[in-house]
Amino acid sequence: MTASPQTAAPPAKQAQFDHRWTPWAFVAPQLLIVAIFFYWPSVQAVTSSFYLEDPFGFGASFVGLDNYREALGSAEYRQIAGFTAFFAATVTALALGLGLLLAVKADAVLRGAGAYKTALISVYAIAPPVVGLIGMMMFDMHIGPFTRAAALIGWDLKVGIDYWDTAIALITVAVWKQIPYNFIFFLSGLQAVPAAVREAARIDATSRWRQFRDVTLPLLAPTAFFLLVINITYALFDTFGIIDVMVKDKPANNPITLVYKVYLDGFKGNDIGGSSAQSVILMVVVATLTLAQFRLIERRVHYG
Amino acid sequence: MMAALTLESLGKTYAGGTTAVSDVSLAVADGEFIVLVGPSGCGKSTLLRMVAGLEEISTGTVTIGDRVVNRLEPAERDIAMVFQNYALYPHMTVRENMSWGLRNRRIPAAEIAARVEEAARMLELQAHLDRKPRALSGGQRQRVAMGRAITRQPAAFLFDEPLSNLDAKLRVTMRGEIRKLQKRLGTTALYVTHDQLEAMTLADRLVVLNGGKIEQVGRPLEVYHRPASTFVAAFIGAPAMNLMDARIEAGRLMLAGVDLGAVDSGPRMVTLGIRAEDLRLRAAGGLPFRLDGIEELGATRLVHGFLEDQPLCLSLPSGADLPAGLHLGADPAAWHLFDTLTGKRLPSALHPAARSRIAAGADPLS
Repeated sequence: MTASPQTAAPPAKQAQFDHRWTPWAFVAPQLLIVAIFFYWPSVQAVTSSFYLEDPFGFGASFVGLDNYREALGSAEYRQIAGFTAFFAATVTALALGLGLLLAVKADAVLRGAGAYKTALISVYAIAPPVVGLIGMMMFDMHIGPFTRAAALIGWDLKVGIDYWDTAIALITVAVWKQIPYNFIFFLSGLQAVPAAVREAARIDATSRWRQFRDVTLPLLAPTAFFLLVINITYALFDTFGIIDVMVKDKPANNPITLVYKVYLDGFKGNDIGGSSAQSVILMVVVATLTLAQFRLIERRVHYG
Repeated sequence: MMAALTLESLGKTYAGGTTAVSDVSLAVADGEFIVLVGPSGCGKSTLLRMVAGLEEISTGTVTIGDRVVNRLEPAERDIAMVFQNYALYPHMTVRENMSWGLRNRRIPAAEIAARVEEAARMLELQAHLDRKPRALSGGQRQRVAMGRAITRQPAAFLFDEPLSNLDAKLRVTMRGEIRKLQKRLGTTALYVTHDQLEAMTLADRLVVLNGGKIEQVGRPLEVYHRPASTFVAAFIGAPAMNLMDARIEAGRLMLAGVDLGAVDSGPRMVTLGIRAEDLRLRAAGGLPFRLDGIEELGATRLVHGFLEDQPLCLSLPSGADLPAGLHLGADPAAWHLFDTLTGKRLPSALHPAARSRIAAGADPLS
């Protein structure tokens, strides 16, 4: 992040191995893990997305692109895709925004930063289903403090029954879970901005907002970009546990994301082919999104 | 645009109770170049940062022009600062680095462009205006930092050890440039350094700081020739002034058992200071000097040794080998007498010869 005085690229580090297979031996465990847990299932998903599988596993018949056609043609699927986009955008924006706000405030009171840090980071150590459970308690229709707080302003919060009430609860809990992560990265990013550069900005601009917008924020851009990619992925995939806990066993009309739909169709509906097709669609969407982020946004990021 | 700068009994005490600066008063004339010099931890940077507004003022007032600026934000104080590590905005081009502060002040775009062009011309940065700082060398970055300060056309420049990140040769060049630029613009400048040579060559007036207090204020040669204390005597000038324990007995100054001459004082302990270049070799009858080592500097040599058990250094022209047993002497005009306990310079009454030299306005070294 800081401009180093030496601008020339350091010579590439080269290790010498006695045997040409030695490096492969070092890389092998990692490759094996990637192959078993990523490539193999991916290939499986792509293959089975072209088949219609018997629910009891007795056989499968090739149906070509039927599974894709069915998924994309379904109004329900498109509605869920719409909600997923909304959910991902809202969670990412709120988690990044609040994480940044807290980091900026904690950074301003460096003395208390230790206590702030611990308090804010600790949430991150909680597993998603537990977060979901805590969220469910907070939003519980009978004992939830959030429900009671909402009742005070005359809002009858019905999480698990009302579609948008549930959506708000999901978003709140998902954001809450992700803030600590963003906070840690933003705070360390802020502390990497050289003090003298910020002081120079204080001499150059009266307005705190201008100092932040024109100097601090651009220097935080590499951190922010990294977090953007991570947060979108989080909102799309890692919120599964939260959603599962909060909408499972609830009346049907609840907001879910595409990942949860994949799970519902595949494991609850036993429609392996359709669910695989949805997985593949999701994979393509995320890959495209990530690629687009690197192409369009990263170009504008200044790495010091 | 330019203005005088006044510090009135300025003090800084940190929350923990540490006092970094205490009771510093200084009146800087319009267009004057003041160098704050002292060892690390003497409070010089803190003092500068208090003027800049980067450090809160505990006691006293800072006045720039006719405004007391204590409660103003740094950007409202009409100052520009050059930092030790330049503090350029790494994501902005050279042009943006210089113009951002002006845009924030709502200066018309045409005027900004003109000022940046002018500064770039002065600092020979025209070819680099659209580059980012990381593509520049250390010296060029230093110039950009200067340019950023110049384009602001502030009431005062504040420099915080701006040359200490440069190599020795570039430092000498940039020193000259800063001096020339400041004279040409006629802007009041406050410059912090720990390098006494930089302080001597740049300053209209030196402010020597020690432990957060002003030890001495004066023109460089004045400070060199009449150091106010043993601290200043040892800090200004290289090699450091020789400081020796001596005594006054029956109106005579005695050093290492040798009678150096008449002094107008009752019996007491004193610290006698003599600069290395003021010591002379004597054929016989002077101070007995035991040679310990020689540093050859080319044109001159520094001769280290002992006077009884007190270390001593003298500067001699390069030449023939020296015998181990030498005898030294010094003109009474070159004596500096300090109180042994307080370290303060003793009143001129004790320096008959020195007093006559000052009265005549003669600078023996110039």
